[in-house]
Amino acid sequence: MVEKEITCIVCPIGCKIFVRMDGTNIKKIDGYKCKRGIGYARSEVLDPRRVLTSSVLVSNGEWPLVSVKTSKPIPKNKIFDVLKIIRNTKVKAPVKIGQVIIKNVAETKIDIIATKSVK
Amino acid sequence: MIEHSVDVAVIGGGPAGLAAAVSARENGAKDALILDRNSWLGGILPQCIHDGFGVEETGISMTGPEYANMYTNAVKKQAIDVWNETMVLEFNKKLEITAVNKKGLHKIKTKSIILAMGCREKTRWNVLIPGDRPSGIFTAGVAQAFINLYNILPGKNVVILGSGDVGLIMARRLKLEGANVLGVVEILPYASGLPRNVVQCLDDYDIPMFLNHTITCIKGRGRLESVTIAQVGKNMNILPETKQEIKCDTLLLSLGLIPENELSKGAGIELDNITGGPVVDQDYMTSISGVFACGNCLQVYDTVDALAVGAKHAGKYAVTWKSKNDGLKVKSGKDVRYVVPQKITKKGTTRFTLRVEKPMQNVTFYVKSGGDEIFKKKLRWVNPANMVEINVDISDKMINSKKDLEVSIDG
Repeated sequence: MVEKEITCIVCPIGCKIFVRMDGTNIKKIDGYKCKRGIGYARSEVLDPRRVLTSSVLVSNGEWPLVSVKTSKPIPKNKIFDVLKIIRNTKVKAPVKIGQVIIKNVAETKIDIIATKSVK
Repeated sequence: MIEHSVDVAVIGGGPAGLAAAVSARENGAKDALILDRNSWLGGILPQCIHDGFGVEETGISMTGPEYANMYTNAVKKQAIDVWNETMVLEFNKKLEITAVNKKGLHKIKTKSIILAMGCREKTRWNVLIPGDRPSGIFTAGVAQAFINLYNILPGKNVVILGSGDVGLIMARRLKLEGANVLGVVEILPYASGLPRNVVQCLDDYDIPMFLNHTITCIKGRGRLESVTIAQVGKNMNILPETKQEIKCDTLLLSLGLIPENELSKGAGIELDNITGGPVVDQDYMTSISGVFACGNCLQVYDTVDALAVGAKHAGKYAVTWKSKNDGLKVKSGKDVRYVVPQKITKKGTTRFTLRVEKPMQNVTFYVKSGGDEIFKKKLRWVNPANMVEINVDISDKMINSKKDLEVSIDG
């Protein structure tokens, strides 16, 4: 049995959550102040994921970049693969907030979407 | 001079100004006007492309641009007038604003003014770091604008001084953009940013943090070549034997934020020496009747969510203010750095926002009225980086007693 200490990143409080594990079986989770902490702690020990934010080049826009994010958290170990794809992407203005910029990025079944509009 | 009149004028179109203007309209302002010097609305939000905004307010984690978009839509819906690329020059006790833009010089007569000018970053000259004066030294927010708005990478081998949230977020951003982030140097024994940012910005990418350390020398001819860091002792004295030189081409400074109140000073508004913002009452009205303050020019917030709560509060009361009476002072007692509001002029449930002096565990907050305990709350832990909020019921009896209130910790 091992106990892992996790700092929750869901909200600014940053609860210290303790997860007791037997192999890949979670035996006990405590230290959280809300339900979102349970979900985060479970994911963090079994399949750690992050929302990745970055920016994509825009041609002929009022700004040279449009900010983007992954539509869902992606596996931590895919972050740099996804960044490479983002770096090689260029879109034409106008871009609308929420627009899909890259579909199924790095075979994650997760999309890269614009987080602002660029005229 | 071109003359105008409006019910509520808001100085600053960042998150606080937008939330305050929307709230003023929702609470019955006939019309509202936002004045901002930038060409866009949202202030700093468009360059804060990371997520985590709005979690407490909406339950959804948004990026900065998405959060700004939510409020600019609300501004449109409420038919709020927006003047971009407009510089406010001054305002006065008669609630008149003088502003300038490409159309000319304007005098705006108002029924109330909301201050939402935000804050600016401390620079090298606020902390006086010795050494050369090469290029390659930026505040973290300027570097953030370079990368996220203008597509310019400020450097390749980066040291960050100060562990405020912007510094931590920039450590990650630079790493993701391919820079080599050599470390975050923090003079205190703990990070000044939020715990979640230490985890997802430093720990995730194995970026080291040098706690109890500071920069003692900057070297470089033309471009930055190295910084020397050293450990500090108990009295913040530098321990010379711990000095080490780190080769780098870029230094980012995340040293804290200064509320921007030149306009407030010009109008003669009373400021709080600790917060750097105006002294306000429970409605966020300043020492000039009809002038309200919110956002980072009132106090530097740690999240936009808490900031928006305060801004909406100011927007609401800006619509229905009356001339104020003297009221009670709210003082900071043991282990409390500051409390906002600093004055109470009427009864009711009052939201106090405050910061503690140092990280502590199992503490009890007390509010006392002339020595009598009127409020008590236990918290498992407190940290200067996390603003504390408490709701205290203020009675007529307390107001009439004319005894000042004191907020303190007995941990």
